Amino acid sequence: MAKITLQSLAHTYLDEPQSPEDFALQELNHDWNDGEAYALLGPSGCGKSTLLNIISGLLIPSHGRVLFDGKDVTDLPTADRNIAQVFQFPVVYDTMTVRENLAFPLRNRGLPASEVQDRVSRVGDMIGMTDVLDRRAAGLTADAKQKISLGRGMVRDDVNALLFDEPLTVIDPHMKWELRTQLKKLHRDFGHTMIYVTHDQTEALTFADKVVVMYDGRVVQMGTPVELFERPAHTFVGYFIGSPGMNVFDARIDGSKAQIAGTRFDLKTGYKLNGGSTKIGVRPENIRLGDHGLPARVKRVEDVGRHKIVRLDLGGQEVAAVAGEGAQIPSGGTHVQFVEGGVNVYENDWRVPPADGEPPLEQNTKDAA
Amino acid sequence: MKTDNQRAWFLVLPVLVLVAFSAVIPLMTVVNYSVQDTFGNNQFFWAGLEWFKTQLESERMWDALWRQLAFSGIILAIEVPLGVFVALNMPKKGVWASVVLVLMSLPLLIPWNVVGTIWQIFGRSDIGLLGYTLDSLGIDYNYTQGFYAAWVTVIAMDVWHWTSLVALLAYAGLQSIPDAYYQAARIDQASRWAVFRYIELPKMRGVLTIAILLRFMDSFKIYTEPFVLTGGGPGNSTTFLSIDLVKMALGQFDLGPAAAFSLMYFLVIMVISYVFYIVMTNLDKEDGK
Repeated sequence: MAKITLQSLAHTYLDEPQSPEDFALQELNHDWNDGEAYALLGPSGCGKSTLLNIISGLLIPSHGRVLFDGKDVTDLPTADRNIAQVFQFPVVYDTMTVRENLAFPLRNRGLPASEVQDRVSRVGDMIGMTDVLDRRAAGLTADAKQKISLGRGMVRDDVNALLFDEPLTVIDPHMKWELRTQLKKLHRDFGHTMIYVTHDQTEALTFADKVVVMYDGRVVQMGTPVELFERPAHTFVGYFIGSPGMNVFDARIDGSKAQIAGTRFDLKTGYKLNGGSTKIGVRPENIRLGDHGLPARVKRVEDVGRHKIVRLDLGGQEVAAVAGEGAQIPSGGTHVQFVEGGVNVYENDWRVPPADGEPPLEQNTKDAA
Repeated sequence: MKTDNQRAWFLVLPVLVLVAFSAVIPLMTVVNYSVQDTFGNNQFFWAGLEWFKTQLESERMWDALWRQLAFSGIILAIEVPLGVFVALNMPKKGVWASVVLVLMSLPLLIPWNVVGTIWQIFGRSDIGLLGYTLDSLGIDYNYTQGFYAAWVTVIAMDVWHWTSLVALLAYAGLQSIPDAYYQAARIDQASRWAVFRYIELPKMRGVLTIAILLRFMDSFKIYTEPFVLTGGGPGNSTTFLSIDLVKMALGQFDLGPAAAFSLMYFLVIMVISYVFYIVMTNLDKEDGK
C-alpha cells in the first residue's frame, strides 16, 4: 500500500493544446493518503476516468508527475505499478475456474505453487467465494464476476492501491448495496488504499471517507460527505450532491444583508466580497415554509414517501423545499425562510466563507442520501 | 376469435414452391437416376441399389474421397492459424484499418474461374512470375507434370483465395473484445501468449467455429479453381470429388453411378459438418457450467 501523490498533473488528448478547454484534466495537485477510501465523483465526461487511468498507468499524462510513496512512476507501465483495477464491465478469464482466475496474477509473477494456493484460498475467503472456487468463472453472475476481478487485485498482498471504475454499473440494484457494503468491510478489515470512480452520489457518499468531486476536468472539492453536503465549495457541488440538489439564487449581497427577488433579509454574518456575481445556495432541507420571510408560490408537491418535496416559485426562480410527511402545505401564496447556518454564499460560483470564521460543522446533520 | 379458413397456406406457398424447385425436385431427379440404368434413347431400367454398391466398391471413388479429405485437412490446418495470425496483426482502428480491410477482401471478390486462370498464368515457367522465378532458381517446378508441384499450387491458390475470410471473421471476433480485458491482463502481468490463450482465443471461438464450418464445406466441394488450373491432373492427382463426379456424369455420361456418387457425396458433407457443429457447440456448453 502506498501514498499516491499527483504533482501538477494535467492531461490533454491533443498534441498542441491551445487553451485550458483543450485539457481533459486541468492541472491539479493532490495526495491520496495510504489506506484511505476515496470516491471520485462527477458527471460523465468530467475527467474522472482519465484521472483513474493515469493513476493506474493505462494512460501516460501529458503534464506533471505521479508518485507512489515518493517514487516517480509516471512513465512506468501498469504491470510495474502493482495496482489493481476493477472495471465497469466484469473482466474474468472465461475458460478458467474461479480458482485459476484468482491465481492468474500470481502465476504470471512466477510464485511457487504452494504460496499461490495459500493466497488464493485466503482471498477466496475474503470475497466470500470459497465454495465456488472450482466453478467456471464464465457461468457466474455479474456481481460474482466483479468480486473475482476484485479478488485478482487483492491476491497480491503488496498491491499499492485498488482502483474501481464505476464497478456497480451492470450489477442488479439489490446486489449493489450488498457489494458496496462488502467493499467497505474489506476496506475496514484490510486497509487498502481505494479509489472509487462513480457518477452516483449515493455510492460515493456511502463508500468513501473522502469524496473528490470533479467538474469539467477539475477537482472542485474534496471533503467528507458532511462537508460536501453542508458546505459545497462550488455551486456545482451543491447542485450535484443531494436529492433534490441545492437551490441557488441570484442575490445581491452587501455586508450581512442580502436581497433575493426584491426582498431583503439578514444573513446574520458578514461576507467579504470582491464584486463578482453573487449567489446564495440553500439546501431544500434548510428551507421552511411559513408566514414570514420571502414570498413564494407553491407550484406542486411531490410525495416521495419519507418526506414531501415542495416546488415553489420565488420571484421567477424555481425553488425546492423539503417538508415533513405530515406537514400541511399551503396551496397558493406562502413565505419561505432559511434555516440559520444553512445558507452558503457564492461569488463567481465559488463559496465565500463568513468573514468572522466558520461555525463548527455538526457531525450529526442529515445524511445526504 | 377463431377463423376457420385455410388462407394461411397462401402465405407459406411461395416458400414451398421455391424450395421445391430449388432443392427438392432436382434432388429427387438425382435419386431417380441413382436407382435406374439407361442405354440411351431415354429408356430407363430399374437397377435398385446396384450403383451404390459399385460406387462403394470403386477404388476410383475412394481415392477421390481420400484426396478430398487430405485437401480439406491441409487447407484448414493452414488457413485457420494463418487467418488468426493475420487478424491479430491487423490495425485495430484508423485509416489503415479500412485500407487493410479492403485489401484483405479483394481475393474474396474474384470469381473462382478467374482465380484459377490467375494461378495458371502465375505458375507458368515461360511467362508467370512464380514459375519463372522458381525455374531460374533451378527448382524443377511444373504443376502440369509434377504431383507435388500440382498439390502445392492448388493449396497455395486456395490459401491465397480464402485465408482472408478466416482473417476477417477472426478480426470481427477480436474487435468485439472490450479494452478492459486487455487492461486487466496488463494489470495481471499476463504474457502475450496468455492474452491470446485466455482472452483472444476464447472470445474468437464462436466466429472460428463458423469459419471452420464454412471453409470445410466449401473446400470439400471445390471444383472450379483446380479444374481451371490442373484439370484434375497430372494423372488423377488433383481430381477431387466434384471433378471426378463431373467427369463421370458429363464426360462418360454414366448417369446412374454419378447420381449414386453425388448422393453419397452430399451425405458425407452433411455428416461431417453436423459432427463439427455438435462437437463445437458442446464445447461451448461445457464452458457455460
